Amino acid sequence: MKHVKWLPPTLYILFLLLPIYWLVTMSFKTTNEILGGFSLWPQEFTLRNYVTIFTDRSWYVGYLNSITYVTINTLISVTVALPAAYAFSRYRFLGDKHLFFWLLTNRMAPPAVFALPFFQLYSAVGLFDTPIAVALAHALFNVPLAVWILEGFMSGVPKELDETAFVDGYSFWRFFIKIFLPTIAAGIGVAMFFCFMFSWVELLLAKTLTSVDAKPIAAIMTKTASTSGYELGLLAAAGTLTIIPGAFVIWFVRNNIAKGFALGRV
Amino acid sequence: MSNKTTNNRAWWLVAPVVMLVAFNALIPLMTVVNYSVQETFGDNVFFWEGVRWFEEVLHSGRFHASLLRQLSFTGIILLIEIPLGVAIALTMPKKGVWVSVCLVLMALPLLIPWNVVGAMWNIFALPEIGLLGKMINGLGIDYNFTRQPLAAWFTTILMDVWHWTSLVTLLAYAGLCSIPEAYYQAARIDGASRWAVFRFIQLPKMKRVLTIAILLRFMDSFMIYTEPFVLTGGGPGNSTTFLSIDLVKIALGQFDLGPAAAMSLIYFLIILVLSWIFYTLMMRNEEQ
Repeated sequence: MKHVKWLPPTLYILFLLLPIYWLVTMSFKTTNEILGGFSLWPQEFTLRNYVTIFTDRSWYVGYLNSITYVTINTLISVTVALPAAYAFSRYRFLGDKHLFFWLLTNRMAPPAVFALPFFQLYSAVGLFDTPIAVALAHALFNVPLAVWILEGFMSGVPKELDETAFVDGYSFWRFFIKIFLPTIAAGIGVAMFFCFMFSWVELLLAKTLTSVDAKPIAAIMTKTASTSGYELGLLAAAGTLTIIPGAFVIWFVRNNIAKGFALGRV
Repeated sequence: MSNKTTNNRAWWLVAPVVMLVAFNALIPLMTVVNYSVQETFGDNVFFWEGVRWFEEVLHSGRFHASLLRQLSFTGIILLIEIPLGVAIALTMPKKGVWVSVCLVLMALPLLIPWNVVGAMWNIFALPEIGLLGKMINGLGIDYNFTRQPLAAWFTTILMDVWHWTSLVTLLAYAGLCSIPEAYYQAARIDGASRWAVFRFIQLPKMKRVLTIAILLRFMDSFMIYTEPFVLTGGGPGNSTTFLSIDLVKIALGQFDLGPAAAMSLIYFLIILVLSWIFYTLMMRNEEQ
């Protein structure tokens, strides 16, 4: 029993990597080869798909747009969630439990329900087709999540820390920024990871709220795939490139993620 | 929980969150409510319709069919992903370099944009040029997910298992890591069986994280849109048209704002009620 223990995780990881391998293989094939027949690896290895993406502005600008709104969203979500999570973890106040559940209900709202009203709302306030619109829209589900994660981390910090600081004459904000935030740095990292993740992978709202200037890479992919007669190689290359930022972020938080899951409740 | 001080000024700390979420949630929700009780023929002219759209949606066979498909899909993926995720977490190494490698590789599918997941599985499962499609057909099974409803379901479920089982694994693994080594030693001294260790030590410790896993997987699979839409387009026929896909078809495709809004509210309410049940159970668990 003991020596086959590594087998299930290995098989599972192989299963996870198989479709990714297929995508990466496709990205190095020419469209003719893909449609021409079946081959396990590229017969005529080509980098043309990647060259197209990196040199054609209509392609690479999509990555810049996506990264812009994801970054803005992560910063906004975590910044506003920090004091709120502190309030939930330390104080009892009028309507706190209802407020917490109400916040969580927004994590349960299907984006399909909000697509059209969001379009009208952000058009009305003149933010349509800007990265800020997408960043704010994604805050709908990321802020509740960030509050939830951070509250879990903050509840793990003993209250004596706050009391000692206040006795020592720290003002609230000086204590909060100088002492409290460094204490829960791991939690902030995990919260940022989840905000990044859910904003990076969401497409429905990002696509609805942009048309030309702020179009995310994911939306550019769907459009090009249908208009230029399904260029699978190009599609595969663009897809492969969307995996890289995520992989980079996971590598960055790999030591905190298991701990974060446990403490941060998510 | 017990040593919290009562302080209503804490509202100032939550005010930014409340304002931001209210802007995003209340105004669009009011728009939806507004549409759900009116009829429009364009040009911003609206007529009061009362609850007509709600009655229409609740009695429509199309809504029932989508809801049934949605419930079956969510039920099936929960039945597969939760036990599978726990099983893999149980066999994962506890320490060493392989932990990081496992965690990073397992988290990879979680960070791929959802339409890329759909597109990836599309080219992976295509019968002529996809690895999976070629393999299944090579086994002598006639498989074409663009034409056979059963194959489309199989592919959609396999895709979701591929995409999200890792979330359950990561959560369960985190729960397992919080068990002190002393518990296992005690179990060994008592001569407890592998099953007894799982049933009386590991499972209770994972209870909280598993509730979260079920809650998250329930909510997210109930809202699933992009991946099946890119993979199958809701077809063949309507066989993989889940609630969100149907809703977008009605709202943005046919521009039937009234019925779409009524359906949105019913849809949201179903998730809300079911999640509330989960949430209450979870909170009760925590208090125990």
